[in-house]
Amino acid sequence: MRRLIVILPLVLFVALGLFLWNGIGKDTKTLPSPLIGKPVPEFSLSALLDEQKTITAADLKGRPALLNVWATWCPTCKQEHAQLNRMARDEGVTIYGVNYKDDRAKAKIWLDKYMNPYALNIYDPDGHLGLNLGVYGAPETFLLDAQGIIRYKHVGAIDQRVWGELRQKMKQLEVN
Amino acid sequence: MVRQVLLVVLLSFSSLASAAIDTYQFKDDATRERFQSLSTELRCPKCQNQNIADSNSPIAKDLRDELYRMLENGADDEQVIDFMVTRYGEFVLYRPRMSEQTYLLWYGPAALLLIGVIVVLLISGKRKKTEPGKPDGNLSDAEKQRLDQILKQEQNK
Repeated sequence: MRRLIVILPLVLFVALGLFLWNGIGKDTKTLPSPLIGKPVPEFSLSALLDEQKTITAADLKGRPALLNVWATWCPTCKQEHAQLNRMARDEGVTIYGVNYKDDRAKAKIWLDKYMNPYALNIYDPDGHLGLNLGVYGAPETFLLDAQGIIRYKHVGAIDQRVWGELRQKMKQLEVN
Repeated sequence: MVRQVLLVVLLSFSSLASAAIDTYQFKDDATRERFQSLSTELRCPKCQNQNIADSNSPIAKDLRDELYRMLENGADDEQVIDFMVTRYGEFVLYRPRMSEQTYLLWYGPAALLLIGVIVVLLISGKRKKTEPGKPDGNLSDAEKQRLDQILKQEQNK
């Protein structure tokens, strides 16, 4: 009993050390989204390429898709754009865009210049849809199922590796 | 003299320029105070060690605008907090709410203090048992005799 008490501080120290060690290098910048498992928030906004056309949350239903929040002022969006193009062109992935706090004219030029991977683009100049989606840093990408429920969220650029993970999750949604 | 006074006056204003300033017109002072207290309690999702009152990032500005709009429309504190938490998660609260995940956070310090008190009481209780007041309490009869002898020898010297 006595011996046990003597080594107790060492045991506690090692336990605390392991606990803290476990935290080192963990990503603290990415917040878990409280919207996982919930439908895309209601909105009614114009299409980026067609001012007359109104898009609502119902337009995003039908098949599993990605909802990508982007803007021309966002350098990382440019970085991931080629990857989005590849996904849409080569693999037929449905990508919806949210043009977040941007300028319509600039966004149109951008899409002409770098190609348009988006099946639909929602024009959100005030960032109101972005706010309701809990967007805090573009680019952010949401994975939606066929019912328009948010299943997963990725913050940051999509590269080959991230797409690998997303594709697996998307395939699972298609099976279900 | 005039220069020095001017310098003091200018320096006393310079601190104002460092914080994020917006020009919000509040309907009354109570709303202004609630805006100020809520904006210091809500954390900026992008710049994680600042509240939305201090941060200059665009998202903090958006959240301040939203907070202002909600307060002007008569939302109570609970509604504001709910609004932020349903979008950005519990993370935005500097004072986390009581839930299964935060029990350890809220009760941990009190539990540690309680354990400390118990340990101290146990140790001091043990001491009392081994030292029952008299200094020679633990000596056997033979030892007592020997002690008396030694003391006598010392006195006779």
